[in-house]
Formats: sequence, structure tokens, C-alpha cells
Amino acid sequence: MSTSAKLPRWAELFLLPAINLLVALLLAGVVIKAMGESPWAALKLMTGGAFGSQESIGYTLYYATNFIFTGLAVAVAYHAGLFNIGAEGQAYIGGLGVGLVCLWLGAWPFWLVLPLAILAGAVFGAAWAFIPAWLQARRGSHIVITTIMFNFIAAAVMTWLLVNVLIKPGQQSPESREFAPNAFMPALHELLAKVGITFTSTPLNLAFVLALLAAVLVWLLVWRTRWGYAMRVAGLNPAAAVYAGIHPPRVTIWAMLLSGALAGSLGLNELMGSQHRILLDFPGGAGFVGIAVALMGRNHPLGIFLAAVLFGALTQGGSQLSFDMPRINRDMVVVIQGLVILSCGALENIFRSPLAALLAKFSQRKDEA
Amino acid sequence: METYTLIVLLLAATIRVATPLLLAALAGMFSERSGVIALGLEGMMLGAAFASAAVAAVSGSAWLGLGAGIIAAMALALLLAFACVTQRGNQVIAGMAINLMVAGLGPALALAWFDLGGQTPQLEAAGQRFLSLRWPWAESARAHPAPGLLYAELISGHNFLVYFAAALVPVSAWVLYRTRFGLRLRAVGENPAAVDTAGVAVNRLRYQAVLISGALCGVAGTYLSTAASSGFVRDMTAGKGYLALAALIFGKWKPWPTCGACLLFAFTDALATRLQGVALPLVGVIPVQFILALPYVLTVLLLAGFVGTAVAPRAIGVPYLKEK
Amino acid sequence: MNRDAAAPALELRGIDKRFGPVHANRAVSFSAARGSIHGIIGENGAGKSTLMNIVYGLHRADAGEIRVQGRTVAISSPQDAIAAGIGMVHQHFLLVENFTVLENIVLGAEGGRRLADGLGAARTGLEQLARDYGLEVPLDAIVSELPVGLQQRVEILKALYRGADILILDEPTAVLTPQEADQLFKMLERLRSQGKTVLLVTHKLREIMAVTDRVTVMRQGAIVGAVATRDTSPRELAEKMVGRAVLLNVERGPAKPGATLLTVRDLEVRDRLGVARVKGVSFTLQAGEIVGIAGVAGNGQSELLEALAGIRAPSRGEIELGGRHLVREGLDARARRRLGLAHVPEDRLRMGVVAGFSAQDNAILGYHDLPAYQHGLLLDRAAVLAGCEKKMSAYDVRPPNPALRIASFSGGNQQKLVLAREIDSDPRVLLIGQPTRGVDIGAIEFIHRQLVALRDAGKALLLVSVELEEILGLADRILVMSAGEIVGEIASADATEKKVGLMMAGVKGEGHA
Repeated sequence: MSTSAKLPRWAELFLLPAINLLVALLLAGVVIKAMGESPWAALKLMTGGAFGSQESIGYTLYYATNFIFTGLAVAVAYHAGLFNIGAEGQAYIGGLGVGLVCLWLGAWPFWLVLPLAILAGAVFGAAWAFIPAWLQARRGSHIVITTIMFNFIAAAVMTWLLVNVLIKPGQQSPESREFAPNAFMPALHELLAKVGITFTSTPLNLAFVLALLAAVLVWLLVWRTRWGYAMRVAGLNPAAAVYAGIHPPRVTIWAMLLSGALAGSLGLNELMGSQHRILLDFPGGAGFVGIAVALMGRNHPLGIFLAAVLFGALTQGGSQLSFDMPRINRDMVVVIQGLVILSCGALENIFRSPLAALLAKFSQRKDEA
Repeated sequence: METYTLIVLLLAATIRVATPLLLAALAGMFSERSGVIALGLEGMMLGAAFASAAVAAVSGSAWLGLGAGIIAAMALALLLAFACVTQRGNQVIAGMAINLMVAGLGPALALAWFDLGGQTPQLEAAGQRFLSLRWPWAESARAHPAPGLLYAELISGHNFLVYFAAALVPVSAWVLYRTRFGLRLRAVGENPAAVDTAGVAVNRLRYQAVLISGALCGVAGTYLSTAASSGFVRDMTAGKGYLALAALIFGKWKPWPTCGACLLFAFTDALATRLQGVALPLVGVIPVQFILALPYVLTVLLLAGFVGTAVAPRAIGVPYLKEK
Repeated sequence: MNRDAAAPALELRGIDKRFGPVHANRAVSFSAARGSIHGIIGENGAGKSTLMNIVYGLHRADAGEIRVQGRTVAISSPQDAIAAGIGMVHQHFLLVENFTVLENIVLGAEGGRRLADGLGAARTGLEQLARDYGLEVPLDAIVSELPVGLQQRVEILKALYRGADILILDEPTAVLTPQEADQLFKMLERLRSQGKTVLLVTHKLREIMAVTDRVTVMRQGAIVGAVATRDTSPRELAEKMVGRAVLLNVERGPAKPGATLLTVRDLEVRDRLGVARVKGVSFTLQAGEIVGIAGVAGNGQSELLEALAGIRAPSRGEIELGGRHLVREGLDARARRRLGLAHVPEDRLRMGVVAGFSAQDNAILGYHDLPAYQHGLLLDRAAVLAGCEKKMSAYDVRPPNPALRIASFSGGNQQKLVLAREIDSDPRVLLIGQPTRGVDIGAIEFIHRQLVALRDAGKALLLVSVELEEILGLADRILVMSAGEIVGEIASADATEKKVGLMMAGVKGEGHA
């Protein structure tokens, strides 16, 4: 009989992650102090930079889109009992698929290019997740290590491709040529303009809507279908899964394929929607942010959305911060991400018991009153 | 004769490349044998690399740097132990979190303190780096063919940390199998309840194991920034912490086989560097990116082929909870 | 050291312990005399294990004191308990499987920083100890290679080596044949004659009557009786354990076996290491009968059950059900359910339920892709809910709250839900393992009645249980398994505990098929 405290659902899903975030920010504040800057000023700059104007909000949501995709990817794998640390590499290779469709089929009309790009991103991303998945399912090779290795391999492959194959002839930087306008993902400010709403120009594009759609579909799949049920059983209790006629190795594979496909869709936002070319290291750590987002969001699409917006705000606010405080740069945001993962994923028990005790006291007082 | 020279130089390079791997892998061994997953090796090494390079630059002494590196890594290990052992948190996530945190913290602090874009200052002055130690008569031995070259290049001429790492293998084996501490350590990784019921504190043992792994990662990280290069650069561990873990698994968590695995990985790395730009028969020049990716591919192959049957310490990854 | 010869070896006064809302021990007081075997009996969940864990320092009591040989001792860790002369043999052995016997015993008392220093002396001391108490064990054998009975000896030796005068044994016979259990009792009597005090914690009345001098009965965390064993009877003890008159036997009429529903032919099942756990087993199941498989745990029954259920693939042999060949056609657990083969697993927490799920999610485990529960591509949540409510009311599962996490239900209620789930699918054949493990007596009666009712409805039931009394009470036909083989078959009318016990020990007796 375990004495781990029980929290009411709303506390488990919202209050505890909020506390974890607070702790992470506090610790980050300590670091900022050690670097010689004011944590409070930094916080103000960051919030202002993230939500202070239409432009900031647009950028925040544009960053958040990437994190929604990778967060969903990590969460789906998690429900099947797997740690997918390879979302970074899957996003990278998935983006290759998106980019190739945009490069080669740029002459086709947009309404054809879009579904094919979506498909290509998903297929390429899934393919990159397949080998680690198969190795875990059939050989028992720990998926954490294999996916980490595949991140490094993806970087090597993409670097080679960009330097030797896809590079635009005559230019120095390893990038492909620009996509044809038909292969541009429509920017949201353009779409809003069409219905008469003015919005500042930002990289926020249709992929944001696709990400939201993906979140809804993931929710339906995991909690409202028999395949999602089977996946959750396999993730929580492989022995019970076998008892129930579910095959954990099969679940491992298709869950990872789905996970890779979600991560691979990042290219829709970043390449098709913003950069309009294939370039080096475009995921920029989004795969790891996805882990933080999934943990904070308790592996639930709604939580993931909120956590993704939060991290989008951190990213946007962070780059604003580095303008005004030259001693702090993007690396600080990475530190915060690490702290969030630590407090959400590994240290969450610290707050659970005192919080449960506190809440129990409150409800006791309410009953007595 | 040329081939012989080539081979000796290659082996010497192998030893140099293997050193940080070996130190990290042995660090991982202590941690994992006690039941705590060692995914934080990367972060602890990187943290040590930063701390040692920073202190060596500022103080002018590589030895002070070594001390700082060990302290930094042990501090991170303490945090890891706190999360995994006391708080019974998820060990994979705790390790990843520390890796990420350090990846950002190193360059962030470097920028704030040294304003060099995320690096530490170059270590140029003598004493700021661990330099080669020449054994007696090494230079004169070089003149003699075969054994002389072996002595001069392979045995002599490495820096202190390399010799330390080499000595560490038999020492670790002795600690693990011939001491009371080692017996208890191995027991706690297999059946912590048995250890508890025998009156030995489980958590304290695990803390000790993780702190030892921190100390060893401290040496490994120091090696990277003050011996193998001359300063800290962002992401300089480049996955070595994960490779070390793979070597440990390949070595079935035993000191000598793990040493062999590290040497194997290092050999392919050294070989690949040699082959850079060299046109091989049939395949031509291998692109530099593929050479760089070789250790990672090899790890995957090893995990796929051989390691499927290796048996990890029974209680690994499972936080110990007293109740039954 | 103040040893008061007249004082009890162990005395507990007012020991109180709560785990959150559960009051595991309520001001427990009792004393055990030196040189005696003292039994502590109670149902699962009565608080016996908690109490012993407190005595051994694995838990800290909220209130109360412990006295050893008349002196109050503070026990806050196993180290303290060992220093006070208390040793404990747990139900699930706490041995490091890949260490030798010697290494296991010296763990914690190695005799020096370097192993070489202490091991030599330890070896000599142990050999003497083993001779004194008749507990010979090969010191350099790897523990995992020893049979269970010897592993238990290692545990006892471990406690004695650390100087235990008071030895606590928690459910020691769970893994022993009746004959091995008798051997253990002889060992305990020898310990008693040497002045040691033995606390025997068990839920088996037979053991209490066989070997103890005094018995203390616990119920719901409190002591409800303390008597000399010779002054009481099994019935009286059972009633004290439960708090009311207990029906010790299941009422059932004679069986009316019909058509053969399941045929097992020459089944061989190997484990992960390739060792054959089931060796050439053949039998049939007829409609309208309960066939019981008796045997000590670990003789292949679990593997047999898993092979029949489709969880483990046999290496040889065939299983026929409804005209289909389950092995040849490679039918998995799901397919077998569709053919009318349901399975209540031995270890419900390990594989029968998903601990993190609610009751209603667990109510469809294994049946989650039935068309009745689907609504297009999605699950029909209303149907799932309704199905769960129906099961809960039919089987009196309390509390009848489908949204509650399954871990919040008592063992008995969990088992009733699992049973409801499997029976609800109207199977032709029902496989059941350890149906009443960890289940309170009220639920046990209910479950036994359900199984008999199922039999009378013309279903075939295969019952695997390590509780011989359960097999004798429920089965119409008893097959005895030992070392992976069916070593005997006996009709229930002819079966006695002694006969079956002999067969379980591998002595092929009368009734051998």
C-alpha cells in the first residue's frame, strides 16, 4: 500500500505543473542573478516580448506550432510506454520530406502540394522512427539510446545532403533554393486579411491550424478509440496487454510511427510556412522542447497546447531578452527548458505530498464550516 | 615499416580518444550497478569541461581546473541523486533534464563571464593544460625500431589523465568485486530490499554510487577541455556520454569488457579520422559527415545485434520504496 | 545486558500504525514467551505483516513500545532489529539471485572492508551453525540455482548468523509442498528446543494447529484473541478471524459432465531460458465439470494456464477447442476469447487489470474491440459504462462506482470485477488461476458459489490453485501437477489431503491415470 498522495484532477493537471514551472523560473532567476542581471527585469522583458504586441503574439504562436507537433509526438510515444528522445531527428528528416515535395512539385497547384507535403512529412518522420521502434520491439534495444543516436545520424545525413546535393548552385551557405510560391504555406495574417481582419505580418501560418487539428485527432485516437485503448494498456502494463490479446511489440511500432509522423510535420510550419527553403538545423532543439512540453502538459493534447504556447512565449521572449540584455542569449532559454523538464518530470514528487496535505486541510476546513 | 608506424600512431590515437569514454563508462558502471540509470553522463561531463576550462583559464593551473571540474560534476551528480533516489523521480527524464540544462548553462555562463560568444578563453600558457608526460628515455628509445617506437608513442607521451584512466580499470574491478562496498553496491542494484533487510542503507549506497560517477565524469570532462583541446566550446561532448553508456552496455556492466568496448569505439573514431579525405579502393572518398556519424551507427548496430541479450542489473531504473 | 529469564522474549504494547486513512494496527499488545513457537493468524489485510514489519524495523509505529527480553528497545530500522536479536524470513525471499549463498548471508556483516578478510571466518562460523540447527546448504552455490526449500533455509541461516533469538517467519509455507512444510516445522521445533522464539505468521489454520504453542488472532488491525493452541480448534480460530460463523465447505451437488469442450494433447511449454516447464501434459475438459489442478506453486501450472490462454506459445503439442486447433492455427488470446475461452489470471494485479485505469476501463480489458462497444471508429462510452454498471451490480462489487480507479477497490472486489468480465462474455470454457488469492472471506464464498453455478450451467472450468482446501472443496476431478507433469488424477470423492499431498510431492500413488 503506497502512501503517494492523491491530488484532485484539476490540481494534478494544472496546479502542479504551474508550481513546477514557478520553481523552474525561480531557479533560472538564480542563474540570471549569478550572471549579473536582474531576474525581475528579465522576466518583465520576456513577458512583454512574448505577448506585448500583435507581432509578438504572432511569433509566439508560430514557435508554439513546432512545439505542439513535437509535444504530441513525445506524448503519443509516452502513452505506449516509450520515451521518444528522437523527435529532433524525426522532425529534421520529416522536414526533408516536406521540403522535397515543395522543391519538386512547386509547379503544381497549392491544394495538391499541401496534402502531399503533409503526407511526405509524416512518412519521412515515421520512417526515421521506424528503425529504433523495430529494434526495441524485436530486439529489446533501449529506445532512448537508439533514438538519441538517430538524432546524431540525422544531423550527419542532412548536413551531407545540404552541402552536397540540395545546395543551391553558386551559393555558400548550405541551403536549398527557395520554394516556388505555390509551395508556400499561407501566412495567417494573409488569411485573416481575406476576411477583413488586420493582423501584423508574422511567420504565423496555416500550419498552426493543422497543429491544432492534429491535437484534436490525437486526443480522439488515444482516449476514444480501441486502438488508443490498446496503446494505453500496452504502455501501462505489457503483461495485461498480452493477457488481453494486444501485442506490445506491434503497439511499439505503430505508436512510434505515429510519433515520428507528428514530429515530421514540424517541417510544415518551419520550412513550408516560414523559411521557404530547406536549411541546416531548422528544428533548432524543438525535439527536446517537445519533451518538456509533453511533461508539463501531462501528455494530454490540451495541456500540450498550453505548454507549447508557454514555451513559444519563452522562445520569443528570450530572443527579445537577448536584444536588451546582451549578456543573456538563447542558451538561457535552453537552461529554463532543462529546469522545467527536471521539475516536471523528475522532481514532481516534491510538491505533490505537501500540496495534497494542504488541499486536504482546505477541504477539511470547508467541511467543518 | 611505414604500416607499423601507422598502426602504432593509430593505437596511440585510440588511447587518447578512448580516455574520456572510458572514464565516463566506468562512471556509468558505478551508477548503473547500484540501480540508477546513467543518462546524465553527458551533462556531467559537459559541466566539468566548462568548469575546468574556466578555472584553468582564470587561475592558470590545470590542476585547479581538474578540481573544479570534479566539483562541478559532483554537484550535478548530487542533483541527479536527489531527483532519482530521494525524490524517486523518473531516472531517464532526470538525466535528460540535466544534459539539457548544462548544454544551455555552460555557454550562457561563459558568455556572461568571458564574453567570447559562449566559449571560455583559450588555454595557452603552460600549466593551463594537461600536457604529455614523457617517460624516461622516451626520446632516445624512439630511434630503436619496433619496441622503441611502441614505448615512445604508445606508452610514453600521454598526459596524466590518460594514465589515470588506464589505472582506473583494475582499481574499479577490485572495488567492485573485492570490497565490502562493491558487494553491497552490486546487491543494491539487484535486490535493494535484500540490502535493506540486512540493515544497510539503500539510499546512502546509491548516493555514493552516483557521486562516484560524478567524480569520474568530472575527470572525463576536464580531459576534454584541458587535455584534448584548449578550452570549452559549446556542445563539446558531442554525444560521448551516450556512447559511453553504449560501451557500458556492450561491456555487460563489467570493468574489463567495458574497457574493451571503449577501445573499440575509439579505434573506429581514430581510424575514421585517418581516412578523412583519403580515397579508398572501390568506394572513393568517404564524406566527412559519414565518418563523423560512424560511432553512432556502430552503437546502433551493437545495440541491435549483440546487446539484446545482455542482462542489466535487476533493479535498475526502479526507485526503491520501502513498503511492500 | 539485563536478561530477565522470566520475561517474555518479545512483548508489544499498544502498537498503533496508520497508512493514510487505513488503520493497519490498532493498539496491538501481545507477548511471546521465550523458547516457544507463537502463531499469528488472520486474513489478508488483518495487519499481521504490518505488525511484523514494525517489529523488524521496516516500518515505524505511530505509537506503542517494543520490549525484547524485558527491555524496551527502539527499532527504527532493520539494523536496530538485528541488534536486538530479531530476524525475519519474508514471504517473498529477499535474496540476491546471482550471488552465492555465502555472499547473501554475509551481506551487511561482511567482517571487514576487504571481502577476503571476513569471508574465511564467516564460512567456518556458518558451517558450525548449519550443523547445530540441521540447516545444511551448499555455501558456494548460486542462489538462483537452488530449489525453493533450500532458498528458504538460506534465509533462516541468514537470520541466525546475525544472532537472531527471535525468528519471524511470514507465510513460510506458501511455496512448499505439505511434506516440505512438515520438514520446516521439524526445523522450527529444533529451534525452539534450543531456546529460540519463533513467530509464525500465517493465514493457514492447519499450520497453527500443527506446530504452535500459542496463537494470537488478528482481525482488521486489532487482536481479537490469544489462546494456547491446544485449547482451541480450527473452527473457533476461523470464526475469530472473520467475526462470524464461517462455512468452511462449499455446498455443491454432484457434477453432470457432458461433451468434451477442450482437449489438451502432449503440451510442452518452455520458459525464457529454454527449460521445459510443462512436459507432455494431456487431459480433457468436459462441459458441466470443474477440473482442479493441484500442486505447489512453480511446478508448471502457471505456464500451463498461460499456454492455454494464448499468452505463452507452447513448444510442442496441441489444444483443441470447438473444433479449432489453437496451436497450429496460431490463435492468440483475443482469438481464443472469440471462440469462448475466458481466463481469470492468477495474478490479477500483474495482468488481470491495469492499475492506472478506472473500473469501467478495466471492465472491457480483452473485450475492447467487441462491436457492442464501438460506435463507428470511436468507442461507445455509454455502452462501456452501462456494461460496467451491470457487472458491478450482478457481482456486488463495492463501491459500485465505474469511474473509480481500480486500485481503490479491495482485492475481493477487484477479483469479482475480473470474474464478472470474463463470465459476462458467456464463455464455453473458463480458465481460473488462484481465484481467491488476497480476497476476504465474504468474497471468497461469493466467488466459489459463482464458479459452481457456472459449472451447473454446463460450462467447463479449469481451476488452478495452490490452496489445497480450495481444490478439494470445488473440483470434481483433480489433476496433480509436479515438476511439469500430471502425476496423478483422482476423483474428488476419493481425494484426501494426504493422498493429494503425496502426489504433489512426486510420489505417484493411487489414482494415477
